[in-house]
Amino acid sequence: MSGGQRVTRFPEIPEPLLNVRSAPGRNRRMIPAPFDASVVEGLPEAGGPPSLPDVSEVDTVRHFTRLSRLNYGIDHGMYPLGSCTMKYNPKIAEEIAARLARIHPADAPAMGQVLKCLKTLEQMLQEICGMDACSLWPAAGAHGELTGMMVIRKAFDIRGEKRRTVLIPDTAHGTNPASCTIAGFVTKNIPSGPEGYLEASALGQHLNEDVAALMITNPNTLGIFEREIRAIADLLHANGSYLYMDGANLNAVMGVARPGDMGVDCMHVNLHKTFGTPHGGGGPGSGPVLVKKELARFLPAPFIVRDESGGFVLRARPSEESIGMVHSCLGNVSVCIKALTYILSLGPSGLREAATVACLNALYLKSRLKDLFDLPYATPTLHEFVLSDARQKGRGVTTMDMAKALMDFGFHPPTVYFPLVVAGALMIEPTETEPLEELDRFIAAMEEIAETSREDPEKLHESPRAAPISRVDEVWAARNLILTWSDERIQPGEKGI
Amino acid sequence: MSYVSHNGAELRKILETIGIASPDEVFASIPEALRYGSPLAVGGPEDEESLRRDLAFHPSRVTFTGGGIHRHYIPAVVDAIASRQEFSTAYTPYQPEISQGTLQAAFEYQSMMAGLTGMEISNASMYDGATALAEAALMALRGKGIERIAVTRSTQPTYRSVLATYLAHTGQDGIREIPFDPKTGRVDLRALEESVSPDTALFVQSPNYFGVIEPMEQIAEIASHKAGFWGVVITEALSLGVLTPPGAFGPDVVLGEAQSFGNPANAGGPLLGFLCTRKEHARRMPGRVAGLSKDSEGRQAFCLTLSTREQHIRREKATSNICTNQGLCALRAAVYLSAMGPRGLREAALQCAAGARYLMGLLGDRGIRPIFSGPVFNEFVIPMDEGKRAGLEKNGIVPGIPITGWYPEIGRAVLTTVTEMNTQEECRCLADNV
Amino acid sequence: MEIPKELYYTQDHEWGSVEDGMMRVGITDYAQHELGDIVFVEFPEVGTVIAKGDPIGTVESVKAVSEVYAPVDGEIVEINEALADTPELVNQDCYGSAWMVVLKISDPSQVDTLMDAQAYRAYVEAEAK
Repeated sequence: MSGGQRVTRFPEIPEPLLNVRSAPGRNRRMIPAPFDASVVEGLPEAGGPPSLPDVSEVDTVRHFTRLSRLNYGIDHGMYPLGSCTMKYNPKIAEEIAARLARIHPADAPAMGQVLKCLKTLEQMLQEICGMDACSLWPAAGAHGELTGMMVIRKAFDIRGEKRRTVLIPDTAHGTNPASCTIAGFVTKNIPSGPEGYLEASALGQHLNEDVAALMITNPNTLGIFEREIRAIADLLHANGSYLYMDGANLNAVMGVARPGDMGVDCMHVNLHKTFGTPHGGGGPGSGPVLVKKELARFLPAPFIVRDESGGFVLRARPSEESIGMVHSCLGNVSVCIKALTYILSLGPSGLREAATVACLNALYLKSRLKDLFDLPYATPTLHEFVLSDARQKGRGVTTMDMAKALMDFGFHPPTVYFPLVVAGALMIEPTETEPLEELDRFIAAMEEIAETSREDPEKLHESPRAAPISRVDEVWAARNLILTWSDERIQPGEKGI
Repeated sequence: MSYVSHNGAELRKILETIGIASPDEVFASIPEALRYGSPLAVGGPEDEESLRRDLAFHPSRVTFTGGGIHRHYIPAVVDAIASRQEFSTAYTPYQPEISQGTLQAAFEYQSMMAGLTGMEISNASMYDGATALAEAALMALRGKGIERIAVTRSTQPTYRSVLATYLAHTGQDGIREIPFDPKTGRVDLRALEESVSPDTALFVQSPNYFGVIEPMEQIAEIASHKAGFWGVVITEALSLGVLTPPGAFGPDVVLGEAQSFGNPANAGGPLLGFLCTRKEHARRMPGRVAGLSKDSEGRQAFCLTLSTREQHIRREKATSNICTNQGLCALRAAVYLSAMGPRGLREAALQCAAGARYLMGLLGDRGIRPIFSGPVFNEFVIPMDEGKRAGLEKNGIVPGIPITGWYPEIGRAVLTTVTEMNTQEECRCLADNV
Repeated sequence: MEIPKELYYTQDHEWGSVEDGMMRVGITDYAQHELGDIVFVEFPEVGTVIAKGDPIGTVESVKAVSEVYAPVDGEIVEINEALADTPELVNQDCYGSAWMVVLKISDPSQVDTLMDAQAYRAYVEAEAK
């Protein structure tokens, strides 16, 4: 590699842990003191100040600013994590959502406007997905999935049916089986067809009176549209089962095709993927769940309803048929408001354009990369596609090596080793917000990696070399399990370990 | 507004490279019958100034609301750091080499939460306090011999509701509710003793939903001898600034809501669930965890660890289905705790407690006494009818959260909360208008 | 790939050595290699009675979890405590110091149903294809 570009410059590696900077009396912060706290009766006190580092404001700012420079974000450059839809997060949405900061959810007069906006978002998501009802409370995609599966479970419980099996194609996300288990189901993996999509004709053998639902992701994690989904839905419905859709990849079909029209009964969407809200280094996300009319009464409490005067209020207590609450309050409200801002900013034509360009960008990358890397499925794809390391592996270069090498070119790597149906998978989703130059730069990086793997494969094992640190020893971390700075195995001093 | 940056020439280059004539051909693999013919009826597109005009929100003038979501002073550095795109726009740190900022901050958050609660370890965050309780219950049920869950009735009602939702399908025989003493608002210790057994996991909130601080020593005495597993629930994390760390009483888990640490009320969310436990339970703990490691050159580095508990590896046998959680909220908490420091956190907590006592005094002068006599931190329950409450709200004063719906046995009442964000003048304003 | 001659093998890649009605059980060289660096092992308590094919342990690497299954019916009479602190022994010495449990065999005839080294080698080679 001809010296990969630096992601950013790193003045100090490692940045010492915050407690290393601590010294008594450093923190000089002035705390608001409206009350006389010299005598506070009836408080079983700890007897001393809590266990925290004592550092100055400047220490705090420098420490976390330095840490931030060790990160890679979407404003740095392309972040092609497949099935994660890392698109640009509009700044206006942050600004609008910040206006919620000082509103307490029990401040009923102020909440009227918030609930009105949330109701509007519910209606927009119903329109985009072709579904009849929506609950915004799940705080993340997996939470939405769990909520959706509980809704399905409740529908059977109410009818007195004891169906327990959920079918999950082998291309599914790991959260799918985990969510099903908590909702009290037993999962059964079913293979997708040779073309990378589930074939209706192959489904029949798995259907019986114990099957509660099939969980499908459409387009699936290979980026392939499940073209037989309508027939699959019909088979399930004839069997008395439901079709659940994981909406992780909704960005590919937004404004073009609606899950509700495909026969989907219940689904979740990821506002932090499709609707441009930031992922925050692992949340907060938001995973609204949407259902057809038949399942609406089982959605989690509370419900946003109109009162006598036409304003919006919460019906707080769970109705008897609701699965109950899934969040202590209203889910990730400010994330919902960001998504609302995003949808209003783009409008109907913009949403469809986003889906179209997301597919165009992915297909552009695929056209340029498919001759250099193994493309395990020739079936047409939409917003993402999966390559493998089959051509490089012979020279000892793995998907992991290529992912780490991409960091040296200033990119976040794609999703790796997923889906499991492809050995050594590299799952690439550029999203619609990547400029052509960035796509071309990514292609050039991949071309160089392919060339290096032919000519100097050893070099790739050493990557990343331009990232803040070299490869991290995950085995050491798992064997030693040092999870806090109080662990006695951490030696004092700047070096940490 | 569109965030797509291709112009006409660039679009043509892309189409030519792919080998299609028009953009819509990318959808050729979607059957015609499944296409949506009409434009989506969603409103927009709008320019930024119109969005600013249309999406405005205004809090009431004076509020005394808490109940698990609290308005506290947030140092300016918290927003400044949390709005850095390197933190806010990054994904879950699957690639540690370019995610050290997120990972080290998570490790520091874990360290501070473990220190504050007096526990050995912490996870990197949960969705909120209610799901943290539900996950802790599932964690307990995975342990040997635990078959039922008991929880105090004075634990936040929405938490108990979420707990019931999560446990509906575990096959265990319902959740046992332990009553409170109607005079003090504290747990009924005799009922507690009768309700727990070695096959029970017990959860107690303190300060409880009524703001009353529970007699932790007596509870611990019973729980550590009789319960198979027990946990302390905290919904006002700022109480950790002054009260004895719950870990001192020897529970298996301390969990709850840490929104008070640098996260605004946000009309209800995002919140910040936390879960701290002992090392012996590390492999049963739900959620992501950052661990210390080193890179290939021996430098300090961090990565996600204990991943084999998680859904992407263990799938249906995972300890939880949690994936994305509340990373940025945990970062805010870490920056907040760093900015406040030991003295600042204690002072803010004492202000809350002092403010509650100040308002109680003013109300007492006017003949309004708290319903419960137990010692409180910064919240208390007072009698108030609906008409009075609605009248106050019309005048921009929100006196608290009506709780009668959850606790019909205590009559018309509100849960009133005071924090360092309230002023003496606001307290007088409420007292004069009640 | 090391496959000692004197041991018995299962299709799930456990090995067993028999002495005085007891079977010492571990995982094979092939299994430890497939799993990668082992970071954690866990066993049921001594005294647990198990049937052939039941899990008698869990082995974790950073990216995979695998159960260890009982080659025969029996009672767990001993577990290898050393592996709790030094799981890496499984990678270094899987047939020696990284044995996992000792079973008291309830039905000696089951031992004959296990593969010998030659059969196991053929089995692994077929699986690798």
